Amino acid sequence: MEAIRVSGLTKKYKDCTAVDRLDLTVEQGELFGLLGVNGAGKTTTIKMLSCLAKPQEGDAFLMGHSIVTDPAGVKKIIGVSPQETAVAPNLTVEENLLLMCGLHGFSKEKREKQMARFSQQLGLSQVLRKRAIKLSGGWQRRLSIAMALVGEPEILFLDEPTLGLDVLARSELWDVIRALKGKLTMMLTTHYMEEAEALCDRVGIMKNGRLLALGTVEELKEQTGAQRLEEAFITLVKV
Amino acid sequence: MKTWALSKRVAKEILRDPLTVGFGVGFPVILLFLLSAIQANIPVDLFAIETLAPGMAVFGFSFVTLFSATLLAKDRESAFLQRLYTMPLRATDFIISYTLPILPIALAQSLVCYLAAVLLGLPVTVSLLAAVLFLLPAALLFTAFGLLFGSVLTVKQAGGICGALFTNLTAWLSGIWFDLELVGGVFQKTADLLPFVHAVELERAVLKGNYAAAFPHFWWVTAYAAVVFLLAVYLFLRQMKK
Repeated sequence: MEAIRVSGLTKKYKDCTAVDRLDLTVEQGELFGLLGVNGAGKTTTIKMLSCLAKPQEGDAFLMGHSIVTDPAGVKKIIGVSPQETAVAPNLTVEENLLLMCGLHGFSKEKREKQMARFSQQLGLSQVLRKRAIKLSGGWQRRLSIAMALVGEPEILFLDEPTLGLDVLARSELWDVIRALKGKLTMMLTTHYMEEAEALCDRVGIMKNGRLLALGTVEELKEQTGAQRLEEAFITLVKV
Repeated sequence: MKTWALSKRVAKEILRDPLTVGFGVGFPVILLFLLSAIQANIPVDLFAIETLAPGMAVFGFSFVTLFSATLLAKDRESAFLQRLYTMPLRATDFIISYTLPILPIALAQSLVCYLAAVLLGLPVTVSLLAAVLFLLPAALLFTAFGLLFGSVLTVKQAGGICGALFTNLTAWLSGIWFDLELVGGVFQKTADLLPFVHAVELERAVLKGNYAAAFPHFWWVTAYAAVVFLLAVYLFLRQMKK
């Protein structure tokens, strides 16, 4: 069953077309990766799908809810971890999670349940009392993802989740994302080819707002005769 | 419940920032003590405690504008607001949350200022309590300025414009430091058209128990607070749609 169906999605900023007639479908439970160089349109696509930006043309349906005519319905079923960590800096990890529970209107019992569940799932138990501003980049990313998950979304958007992290923190975060696979639909943008190779079920490669190629990592390698995704990416984008 | 959760977060972010609280509460009190010390040596009517304290209470609100504008600008720049915009929240949830928790903080700040003034000889009367209550329109006005600046400025701009320009302008144009009649001309007319001097005069009149003199200033400040608040809401919604 389709979780995301994108049809002719277009976003223009003055003279620049950031996303150009994008067509795409993502199946339920799939981890889909959007790749592309800077300015390819990945983040703009995520912004439109998460109702942060309105498309000039086209539409997208998330679990059947239109981003154009039913943004309120879309917002109820999505979670977003933006490119910037987007946490409340002077609040503790626990308070950040409770804040998200409060914003979802959860009861006290549900708040406690969600707190226990996600602090354990994301390994945040040891830093619950720490203020977010005191956390390292890796922990802030974990918190950011936990904040997006607290509302029990059906679709999770991860915009460059490991940007700026060291090798160890990145590997740990990959484990977190792997553990979520199959439980919900995820769309991830990244600059790191090894990340897409390690995590994604399928990837889409964007350039100048358009989708250049779409398929599994193996399919893209086969299509370009490349040994690694990075080579396949360069071959496709350089054309 | 959603508004309450977001309001609590706004209050915590502000109260846990020692710099803003130190400035907001500490600076007006230090000035109060300093100017009272000058007054003790060289008596100046303007620095008599019953004239000075209302001015300082209002002046302290300019720091409320600074820290509310900075918080909102930070939330915009750090993508924290973007995260919240992807959630099923209404525009009113945001506006109330960035306004409502600021008001008690502002009133608590003025209470500290008046308590310091009591230590310096301001008599404790019913009018003192009334003076705190009559600060509400000014508190709303300065909070609205915070929402307005925070909606359009970057963190750096908010620090510069609200921290330096706005605090100085409100001080100069409010008749706290010098008698506006001594300057006269366009300066005094401009100050009279703006709400700051009226906020101070309102407080001075209430503190004296002269409500007849207070109400023209009260309506002036209230009208300004309403207009600035509506403008701030418009600008906030505009950046939200962006």
